[in-house]
Amino acid sequence: MIVIGYSADPYGRAALEHGIAEAKLRQTTLLVINATSGESYADPRFAQSGEVHDVEEHLASCGVEFELTQPVGVDTADELLTAMDRPDAALLVIGIRHRSPVGKLLLGSVSQQLLLECPKPVLAVKPA
Amino acid sequence: MNNFDWFLQGLSEAATPMNLLYAVIGVLLGTAVGVLPGIGPAMTVALLLPVTYNVSPSAAFIMFAGIFYGGMYGGSTTSILLNTPGESSSVITAIEGNKMAKAGRAAQALATAAIGSFVAGAIGTVLLATFAPPISRFAVTLGAPSYLAIMVFALVAVTAVLGASKLRGAISLFLGLAIGCVGIDFLTGQPRATFGLPQLSDGIDIVVIAVAIFAVGEALWVAAHLRRRPAEIIPVGRPWMGREDWKRSWKPWLRGTAYGFPFGALPAGGAELPTFLSYITEKRLSKHKEEFGKGAIEGVAGPEAANNASAAGTLVPMLSLGLPTNATAAVMLTAFVSYGIQPGPTLFEKEPLLIWTLIASLFIGNFLLLVLNLPLAPLWARLLRTPRPYLYAGILFFAALGALAVNVQPLDLALLLVFGLLGLMMRRFGLPVLPLIIGVILGPRIERQLRQSLQLGGGEWTSLFTEPVAIITYVLMAILLLMPLVLKLMHRSEETLLIVEDDKDQKEKAEA
Repeated sequence: MIVIGYSADPYGRAALEHGIAEAKLRQTTLLVINATSGESYADPRFAQSGEVHDVEEHLASCGVEFELTQPVGVDTADELLTAMDRPDAALLVIGIRHRSPVGKLLLGSVSQQLLLECPKPVLAVKPA
Repeated sequence: MNNFDWFLQGLSEAATPMNLLYAVIGVLLGTAVGVLPGIGPAMTVALLLPVTYNVSPSAAFIMFAGIFYGGMYGGSTTSILLNTPGESSSVITAIEGNKMAKAGRAAQALATAAIGSFVAGAIGTVLLATFAPPISRFAVTLGAPSYLAIMVFALVAVTAVLGASKLRGAISLFLGLAIGCVGIDFLTGQPRATFGLPQLSDGIDIVVIAVAIFAVGEALWVAAHLRRRPAEIIPVGRPWMGREDWKRSWKPWLRGTAYGFPFGALPAGGAELPTFLSYITEKRLSKHKEEFGKGAIEGVAGPEAANNASAAGTLVPMLSLGLPTNATAAVMLTAFVSYGIQPGPTLFEKEPLLIWTLIASLFIGNFLLLVLNLPLAPLWARLLRTPRPYLYAGILFFAALGALAVNVQPLDLALLLVFGLLGLMMRRFGLPVLPLIIGVILGPRIERQLRQSLQLGGGEWTSLFTEPVAIITYVLMAILLLMPLVLKLMHRSEETLLIVEDDKDQKEKAEA
């Protein structure tokens, strides 16, 4: 099983595309996770109902067996790491972005935490 | 000097660079807190009350006026983009505004709300400057019994007319009146409800109560519901309107202003009723009836103008009689007290420059808001991404600081927590906050007027009904309280009218 850390932006979509390609190659299933801490009134990276529908259609048309979850009120990194602890999880796909040192200091970096702490291979991709 | 000269004098005072800076800070802060659901202008002014210790009165009131008007603007942005009304007065705006935004006309909805608010605010402030001085001149001639009657009328109106439940309003009001009783009785010198604590003999400071109920109560309430599914926000560019939108908006703006101002100016106040009436009127008069419920621009323009005009209207009783009828005005009134200025009918005589500076700064703030709000709308929407823990940590910090700064007395921090818990419980059980605050502020003043009237009248209750204004006010109060009952008995309450109207709509749709 391949786990995709999805966010509703170009980085998340890049991760989705590479994850689908990898799943086709390995003949395995997909787990798409779009998590939010739920701490702010609006989270632009949390996919809204219309977009969720589009992603599901896209995944279905690719012919890969998939599961899409949208956990609310969790730490994104923890949620992905928990999913990667499952024995059948083989690969984590995430989209990475440029971050300033100050931004990292203030808000931390989910990608950095995942890259360093995930016990299994992580595929870090960028939008084309 | 006549009023216009005073106004020019106030304008020159308000337009100094330092005071303009305070105006800019005020409108920015006001819009920001208006945009964020749960944090309103009342809470912000309460948190900023400590600035009254080292800022001049005119600068502080210029800033508060900016926050007051800014909160209205910000609230409309949230209700249009998020369908979460920031305040009860933007509920109606949310109906059509959010539908417009969903249909891809968010820019036009924001523009008509902002420009409508500006028009209504400007007209409302002119009306305020026209009506407040004569009312105050009249009010000075009133004796204690009349003044008592008017204050009781404001209490009854705020409790019974606003809000959904009269019982809940009354519970909140009596909590406030009870808190107002704490302290030394001013006639006999006996301590009341001080629990033997000498620190309580001066009463509980209103700043502590306001900060606790508005800020701590809200922070605890949010902490209890911290993690929630994020709302779906509609992305927006720079607000603008086309020719057709202008044509469809200007009449609703003016009609909304006409509804809003008188309702705000009555001691019964409130923006809910005029926004609702404006919506109904626009729906009836519109040439685009079919668009209502799907995002009609008239349904945003009218209520939003009514909302702002009523905000300007609530300043009439506040400045001319010292009667607060909304939460922000109530907290601003405590700022007057903290400067040692006695709010009441004598305000225009004793502090003309301050009052006219405040009125002039309303014009300036209103203009600044229009200039800032149109280009900055996308930025305000981004503000909604702030994580709540950061936001409320800051609010709690300023709340504790403000409560401690009042008397530098540790007991005030304990009181802050106790009343904060009370605020949480009130939110939990749906008790409105406004009657409590008004009760705390007006309770002691009503008591003073009542006992003065009784003393003058030799202890005879009939001495309360000697002045014609007092009698008229009591009659109006009785009508206000009995009218819903009578209407219900006649089976013609507002709700049934609405249902009838809805039925008509349904039938028309079925026939079409």
